[in-house]
Amino acid sequence: MNALSLRNLKKTYNNGFEALKGIDLDVEAGDFFALLGPNGAGKSTAIGIISSLVNATSGSVSIFGHDLKHDLAKAKSCIGLVPQEVNFNQFDTVKSILLNQAGYYGTPRKLALQRAEYCLKQMDLWDKRDTVSRRLSGGMKRRVMIARALVHSPKLLILDEPTAGVDIEIRRSMWQMMQEVNEQGTTIILTTHYLEEAESLCRNIAIINHGRIVENSDMAGLLARLHVEHFVLDLAHPVAAAPVIEGCQIELMSDKSLNVAIPKEHGLNKLFSQLTAQNIEVISLKNKTNRLEQLFMDLIDSNPKYSKPSGDNE
Amino acid sequence: MNYSIAFRTIVVKEVFRFIRIWPQTLLPPAITTALYFLIFGKLIGDRIGTISGASYMDYIVPGIILMSVINHSYANVVSSFYSTKFQRNIEELLVAPIPNWVILGGYVSGGIVRGLLVGVVVTLISLLFTDIQVNNIAVTLSIAVLTAAVFSLAGFINAILAESFDDISIIPNFVLTPLSYLGGVFYSVDMLPGIWQNISMGNPILYMVNAFRYGLIGVTDIDIQLTFIITGGFIVTLTLFSLYLLYKGIGIKN
Repeated sequence: MNALSLRNLKKTYNNGFEALKGIDLDVEAGDFFALLGPNGAGKSTAIGIISSLVNATSGSVSIFGHDLKHDLAKAKSCIGLVPQEVNFNQFDTVKSILLNQAGYYGTPRKLALQRAEYCLKQMDLWDKRDTVSRRLSGGMKRRVMIARALVHSPKLLILDEPTAGVDIEIRRSMWQMMQEVNEQGTTIILTTHYLEEAESLCRNIAIINHGRIVENSDMAGLLARLHVEHFVLDLAHPVAAAPVIEGCQIELMSDKSLNVAIPKEHGLNKLFSQLTAQNIEVISLKNKTNRLEQLFMDLIDSNPKYSKPSGDNE
Repeated sequence: MNYSIAFRTIVVKEVFRFIRIWPQTLLPPAITTALYFLIFGKLIGDRIGTISGASYMDYIVPGIILMSVINHSYANVVSSFYSTKFQRNIEELLVAPIPNWVILGGYVSGGIVRGLLVGVVVTLISLLFTDIQVNNIAVTLSIAVLTAAVFSLAGFINAILAESFDDISIIPNFVLTPLSYLGGVFYSVDMLPGIWQNISMGNPILYMVNAFRYGLIGVTDIDIQLTFIITGGFIVTLTLFSLYLLYKGIGIKN
């Protein structure tokens, strides 16, 4: 069953801006799905329509089989939304934010108290339950929004840049939490500008640009299409010029580091052998860019450097 | 889904909100109206004599109580709902499976509760200055509740349409206050010259104040039944308009 189905979804704002130009998208139940795109691509508009914050111009949205136009209450009951910006009442305590949210979804008080406790403990916020929310740090506020979105046990959790502006330690703990939530059966749709985040968490991906879906596939398949990978090699000894190796593009970044663009079929072993033959000793290497970031930029620039496979993925 | 839980959640949230900030919501009307009673009722009123057989103090008490109900029911909804919009936590309500009528009912109920609570506070203050014998408790309470409902709905519409904090102060300052002062709070409409009497009859607050005055001290310039018809008409019209705005998402959705 699909957790989400969008059909020919269009949105034109009053100022004439066409944010969505007819997108079709399916997200399977249980999936951890990345919806990526540059700023202004239409991600937030799509999420706004799915979560009833934006009126669609045309098209349909179905959430776990419930049409958003004709079965609004049931469709909404399935969704938990973590928006980009803090949008809870900053004068409320953490606990009352969750209890109010549970109340809006018709959760009885006793059950709401249990759910609030569970979600706050899951987000490591139980100690802050009686704190007025405006006194929380940025990372804690983000976690409050996730706890709030989970308090009514949604089947579909939409995370709109949930880790924006939080430090790496909190971000990684939030990744772990998101994976746990997904493993418990909740479908997750994630938008993020941290492509490393999408690559490590999500199984399927759609990329949206200028109001259209420009890519929609499984993450592994998409990454497999990457034809050229970029590495930075740190050298043991300085070199005067970049070595020349057929098939690879090598630039000298400094006298002890090289920027290498290497086709997949070339292979790293062969590269190292060729470098060794030229008395160049590599002591470490790292990806110059995240692999998904590379593909993302290719797609957004409409200048694909990857080859679409004609048959199965590699 | 059980909408009564969602409705109760909004009402309780609203009531706790204004109780939490009681120095801003409940204390000022007590002080302001105490000054009204002292200056207009006691110091000046003793020199005015009676209006329609009632002492000036007794005459102005119902109007001042109802004026407080009007101002505070309106202020509660307009400030609360606009803040909800401004802080964007209205998104919590829009994302949740709550029908528009539950959202409207919750906020309006919060406004009614504050209006009536302020009415009780002002009534208690008035008892320091005069002794009121209630003439008709049913009329008194029903007019208070209906008036609070009208102005809570008006405040809700103002909040939906407002785009800045200026927009939520324009109506109270430039419409509500003049209409209240010209609504027969401090005088009988019979005291006005002919043309002004006719103009005053176009002021809905005049009907509400007089009906409430009738309920409390048995004195009125107008037909009580007409007040119920006008107030009921306003409630139906404003409710339908509010629901239309919510349905279309005007002021709250893109």
